[in-house]
Amino acid sequence: MAATLKLEIVTPAGTVYAEDVEMVTLPGVAGQMGIYPRHVPLMTQLVPGEMIAHKEGRDLFIATGEGLIEVTARRVAILTDLAIPADRIDEAKAEEARQRAEARLREKLSDEEIASVNGSLARSLAQLRVKRRRRV
Amino acid sequence: MATLRDIQRRIRSVQSTQKITRAMKLVAAAKLRRAQERILAARPYASKMAELLGNLVSAADSGEGAPHPLLEQREGPRRQIVIITADRGLAGAFNSNVLRNSLAFVRMSNATALTLVVVGRKARDFYRRRPFTVKRDMVGFWDRLAYSHACELADLFMAQYLEGEVDEVHLIYNEFRSVAVQRPVRQQLLPIPKTEARADAGPPVDYIYEPSAQAILGDLLPRHVRMQVFRALMESLAGEYGARMTAMEAATKNAKDMIEILTIQYNKARQEKITKELLDIVGGAEALKQGAEA
Repeated sequence: MAATLKLEIVTPAGTVYAEDVEMVTLPGVAGQMGIYPRHVPLMTQLVPGEMIAHKEGRDLFIATGEGLIEVTARRVAILTDLAIPADRIDEAKAEEARQRAEARLREKLSDEEIASVNGSLARSLAQLRVKRRRRV
Repeated sequence: MATLRDIQRRIRSVQSTQKITRAMKLVAAAKLRRAQERILAARPYASKMAELLGNLVSAADSGEGAPHPLLEQREGPRRQIVIITADRGLAGAFNSNVLRNSLAFVRMSNATALTLVVVGRKARDFYRRRPFTVKRDMVGFWDRLAYSHACELADLFMAQYLEGEVDEVHLIYNEFRSVAVQRPVRQQLLPIPKTEARADAGPPVDYIYEPSAQAILGDLLPRHVRMQVFRALMESLAGEYGARMTAMEAATKNAKDMIEILTIQYNKARQEKITKELLDIVGGAEALKQGAEA
């Protein structure tokens, strides 16, 4: 059996995922990155996007929000506000959130508001991307 | 002496009160279970964060000054107190405990440099009638409490703190100890206390930080503050349901005792009435008999 990594995804609402996987692909602040077991200890930031957990030949797609990634040789811990596996994404809700965010961007906003609206836009886009890709 | 009908009316009124208190107790119990589950669900996130925080603070510490403004201990006098209560009453001393506790702390603070943030209708109503500066209130969200409410509050505190409008932020809320016990506690939220940031993280791991330890600390600390606020809100919510459940259980029991006393009173009164009527009849019969003999 191939070496495995323990992938843990925790959010304030609970543990979303905690299983041994062979490899995980993550949207990091410096781009999409793949982590295999025995990776060098690393701490970096997670950006809204798509995470793929490879386990026993199957891929699990997970939409993520902003967060932090801690990598050690045998473990990947992810601390994030939002993590939804593809099959649990509510497409209608994500679409609605996207439209709401886009509508707000057209208004006059302060820099801070723009940052927060951009954040929610990125989060809803991440969910839509994961969901739609899975279907095709 | 109350008439039979009066006693009966009272029994019925107490019975309907008992029905209400029993229903409230059951509702509180169900909500309490959910609130407790949420506290437990948030634990892995909080403990993971504490672990990372300990590691990061030492890594980002360059030796001079605090590694991040949120950690910087300032000597300024401006204090902000956040008081968290429930929206509703009928929960025993739950709200009044926190309010009494907060008032003591408020009186100890320098009034001219003090601002308040009130969460929950009871706190708002209490401080609205008093001469304090209420910077922000937040009510009517408890039924759908979400992490986003905590973020909204926490981001406000952090923005004010970083702008230099306040020098310290304290939370006062009910801590959930057990179903029957809630204790008002005060917690310093900002600046982040040194002990919290230096929690035991086990043996330090030599991480590569991407992009840098400072940047990651700058990401992690706001998360930590938001989580602290979220935890306080969740504790208060679970405490509210626990307090209400206990209070309503006591009320249901009191109603039961009351009904027993009233029932005994009712039976006594009924017997007395029958005895009196019997006496009247016997007396009347005697009188008739004597009249017939005469």
